[in-house]
Amino acid sequence: MATEAKKPIRWHIAVFLAPAVLVYTAVMIVPLFGTLQLSLFSADGQTRVFAGLDNFRTLFFDPRWSASFWNALWNNTWFFIIHMLVQNPIGVVLAALLSSPKLRFSAFYRTAIFIPTILSFVIVGFAWKLILSPLWGVAPNLLDLVGLKSLFTPWLGKEEYALTTLGLISVWQFVGIPMMLIYAALLSIPDEVIEAAECDGITGMAQFWKIKLPLILPSIGIISILTFVGNFNAFDLIYSAQGALAGPNFSTDILGTFLYRTFFGFQLQIGDPYMGSTIASMMFFIILAGVCLYLFAVQTRLRRYQF
Amino acid sequence: MSTATQSLPRTVAAHAVLIAYTVIALFPVVVIVINSFKSRNAIFRSPLSPPTAETFDLIGYTTVLRQGDFFLYFQNSFIVTVMSLFLVLLFGAMASFALSEYRFRGNSLMGLYLALGIMIPIRLGTVAILQLMVASGLVNTLTALILVYTAQGLPLAVFILSEFMKQVSDDLKNAGRIDGLSEYRIFFRLVLPLVRPAMATVAVFTMIPIWNDLWFPLILAPSEATKTVTLGAQLFIGQYVTNWNAVLAALSLAILPVLVLYLIFSRQLIRGITSGAVK
Repeated sequence: MATEAKKPIRWHIAVFLAPAVLVYTAVMIVPLFGTLQLSLFSADGQTRVFAGLDNFRTLFFDPRWSASFWNALWNNTWFFIIHMLVQNPIGVVLAALLSSPKLRFSAFYRTAIFIPTILSFVIVGFAWKLILSPLWGVAPNLLDLVGLKSLFTPWLGKEEYALTTLGLISVWQFVGIPMMLIYAALLSIPDEVIEAAECDGITGMAQFWKIKLPLILPSIGIISILTFVGNFNAFDLIYSAQGALAGPNFSTDILGTFLYRTFFGFQLQIGDPYMGSTIASMMFFIILAGVCLYLFAVQTRLRRYQF
Repeated sequence: MSTATQSLPRTVAAHAVLIAYTVIALFPVVVIVINSFKSRNAIFRSPLSPPTAETFDLIGYTTVLRQGDFFLYFQNSFIVTVMSLFLVLLFGAMASFALSEYRFRGNSLMGLYLALGIMIPIRLGTVAILQLMVASGLVNTLTALILVYTAQGLPLAVFILSEFMKQVSDDLKNAGRIDGLSEYRIFFRLVLPLVRPAMATVAVFTMIPIWNDLWFPLILAPSEATKTVTLGAQLFIGQYVTNWNAVLAALSLAILPVLVLYLIFSRQLIRGITSGAVK
């Protein structure tokens, strides 16, 4: 101990920080870089050999791999687009309705609409699989009630609808999050601003578009990036509803399921940790690019209003 | 108050939209739970009606309890969730106290380093995590899951708790120092009790993804003895896919504990989301 030094080493700071930093570094940061590093190697029999960017070349240009990769990437992008186009507008509408000052039962609505968000993907995947199943007939019966029975097809079993259906199921599950965050943002708008708008005769829809929406844009930005990270890292819902093969005919394959199949193998293909790491690294770069784009391009341009 | 925002048709329309969406949100859950209490014939004949005296049947639940080892799965999930939660809260609170209380070189860099994990999902490191667990002999142990979930939960916990730690009054801590309390005592005796509400919020946020996770149990601990409820339900349903009673009962059993916990803590959760977002 440096008892004579002017500033003794403050060991307690190290003690407070050490457990969190050690666990976080050992289980998260080191494996993350380990995975990035593994993507540069390949197996030669039992030994590991340095392969440079060969794995990435295989992933992009080898016809067997690139078709699956681009398919998964495109599906993932479509999955994200569905969320942005459906989940966020519904979230904004629900939040706007909930935040009107004299609405009764708003606590009940809030609690109820958030329930799907707390359920596990496994429950959600199977529950919807059963409901949409043509064997059980809940969905056709319901459509029959409104006279639209002819519209029913086994959505999850058809290549052209399956991914969109799963996207909408995921939206159903997660709409609670944008709803809550925007609700919070709307509540934080001071009354004076709203009153000033009303004095100027801006009410109702005009008030929402001209006053409230610009004020909640930063929240919509945060929700978008959270959705982006969540979607490009999704796996559980597709795996529970469609299995590791992401059927029918890989039409619901996203990067998460592609990574799982590559890493662990399926049917006749043996698992390959090196190609698995390559896909994980691609997911890392995609997510990193999205986060950087958000931090540097979107967040700095959004005007934040201080009250 | 303007009359336009309070007019009756507007209020009715708002309630109509909210009720419609509430029905959409709850309908699948309700259908699963009511049908799990019905006999096989009734499930198919009238899926939308609640169980009556004739159609009431617990065959699904008895199958699940006889075939799947659900008590063990519940126990595993419970151990993993509670232990990870405890470690996230303890380590997270300690680290955020250090970051918010003391000025030292590299403070903000450390904060940034710990915050990285909020945006970059831990799943991307799965390949190397599995190798690490194989190398240390932790595959198919609950310890592996606890370690991973602790690392996963820490970044958000440190981020949220730091905000709250900053609000604890300096006078109180300095009074403690004058009375000769060590820094550790100041943290455990003075600061921790004051940030308890924030800890509860973090607990709810951390708990739900851990309890619901399928990826890491599937990869790190798929053995019979270490299965969690989520994985157990997934495999059970895959295996009994034609036994509708059992599938519906297994789903209901997986829904109910989370639902009960949510209804108890929902106020905490909602307050947490709304206070965290308003900043």
